[in-house]
Amino acid sequence: MEIGNKKKNRIKGDYIWGYIFIAVALIIFCMFTLYPVISALIISFQKYRPLGSTWIGLDNYKGLLKDKLFVKAIKNTLVYTVFTVPVSLVISFTIAVLIFPLKKWMQTMFKAIYYLPAVASGVALSVVWLWIYDPMPEGLFNKLIGFLGISNQNWLGSSKTSMLSLLLMSWLSGHGTSIIIYIAALLGIPESYFEAADLDGATFFKKLRYIVIPLLKPTTLFLLVTGVIGSFQVFMNAYMMTGGGPNNSTTMVGLLIFNNAFVYADFGKAAAQSLVLAAIIAVISIFQFKFLGDDVTY
Amino acid sequence: MSFYSNYNKNSKSIMIRKAISIIILIIFAAFTLFPIYFMIISSFADPIEAGAASYSLLPQKLTLDSYKFFFKFSPHSLRWILNSLIVATIVTLSNVIFAGMAGYAFAKIKFPGKNVLFTMFLCSMMIPYQVVQVPLYILVVNTFRISNTYASLVLPGLCGIYNIFLAKQFMSTLPYEIIESAKIEGCNQLQIFTKIIFPLSKTILAVMAILTFMDNWNTFFWPFLVTSNAAMQTIQVGLKSFRFANTTYFAPMMAGATIAALPMFILFFSLQKYFLEGVVVGAVKG
Repeated sequence: MEIGNKKKNRIKGDYIWGYIFIAVALIIFCMFTLYPVISALIISFQKYRPLGSTWIGLDNYKGLLKDKLFVKAIKNTLVYTVFTVPVSLVISFTIAVLIFPLKKWMQTMFKAIYYLPAVASGVALSVVWLWIYDPMPEGLFNKLIGFLGISNQNWLGSSKTSMLSLLLMSWLSGHGTSIIIYIAALLGIPESYFEAADLDGATFFKKLRYIVIPLLKPTTLFLLVTGVIGSFQVFMNAYMMTGGGPNNSTTMVGLLIFNNAFVYADFGKAAAQSLVLAAIIAVISIFQFKFLGDDVTY
Repeated sequence: MSFYSNYNKNSKSIMIRKAISIIILIIFAAFTLFPIYFMIISSFADPIEAGAASYSLLPQKLTLDSYKFFFKFSPHSLRWILNSLIVATIVTLSNVIFAGMAGYAFAKIKFPGKNVLFTMFLCSMMIPYQVVQVPLYILVVNTFRISNTYASLVLPGLCGIYNIFLAKQFMSTLPYEIIESAKIEGCNQLQIFTKIIFPLSKTILAVMAILTFMDNWNTFFWPFLVTSNAAMQTIQVGLKSFRFANTTYFAPMMAGATIAALPMFILFFSLQKYFLEGVVVGAVKG
């Protein structure tokens, strides 16, 4: 009995330690995550004023349906997502498969090279890209396409090419993380599967089709879902490179919310838009898990 | 590697295939590295030289004038770097300690409400940043009135949810026996954490520290919102103000960008293993 009591005390003592250990995390979480989320919900029903906001019910949300710019921003974000995320998956998977058979030091070298842009700051790199897309004939990209006989383009300055320029920028860099994750997943495939396939005389592409791609499905799903979530929140490139222009051809939802909040000080509208964005992201994520993840177990 | 083996093991065709794949990898690597290369070579050009000359792919000449120009241009150039260093260091230390502690509590200590709290933490990771940004700004700038202070830069990031998750994932794999035996020896939980768990979790805490430091060094958005006073800005925000100051000062801007990137490159190349590991840790178990 006595031992039982002692054990009880020890566990009770643990309760208190548990709370002590998470105290700071919990305070920070409540203050800077939980409170803002609740507050966003409240602000979205208000016309926000620093001193005394007025309650306007669903007006902020109703306005969104009629807001052409919001619809356009969603369309732009969708286009950006559809053209970046799958392309990034294909590129990183291909690169990972190419890196995988190399010697260890080469693997590490290529992994480091592809990851390097993630280490540099987005502000610095976007300034470089601005220069690459310089609309003058001396601009790097214009020089390059000049060799191919294509005439001078006003890359970021024309609504015809502005979105393409942002897409091109994302295609050419920023796959480091996905490549490394794919390589790690490739390493996890048991050698015996390939040996068995060899006995059946499977070619490289057959092995790719029937072993590697199905077994890497959880990884692909993970990268797809996180990629789409990230892409829907994209802000930096549009903000730094085009400012959403020209003619709002590159205004993404993330940028629109930023502008509504911090340029036009319409916090209520911004909050409503951000919650709609959260809902869209949640629905798409659930959709992806439901339709692609039916045979994936975690 | 029998993923790549073939029936007709013709060594010549294997060699060719290998060469082709390496060439593809190098071409793609060149695209990836190009902006960084261009940033670095441009930073050694003359500070005031607009137009065609600054577009050349090979350095015309090497001079440090642009670096001097960068530091002279704004009285706060050095301060920006110092600010970034202070903010990133405080946030990193705090995360290692507090996210580490919370991770341990969620992994190994039993207390009521544990699962509910952890689920709540996990769910919050799915909320887009845009939802939080507006109220967070109002809270820090209008309610607390602490804009243009280190507190405003540091506070929201002191204990990242993702870091708690990383720590918990790793610490769950430590055996209960060591904790039990430490208890029998008379250690309390704080002693167990500092003397046993902390040393055993060094790798994951290092990964966490590096990723957190990098994130905070490179972060632009939050410091941009809460600092209007140039003396309190971080290097990323400073760089942006530089950009709009005068668009013809390309080389000095690139010098600033190189200075901003340099500490990260050094950190990356000396601690590469942890960086590359850090990418995978969150994903594979996620």
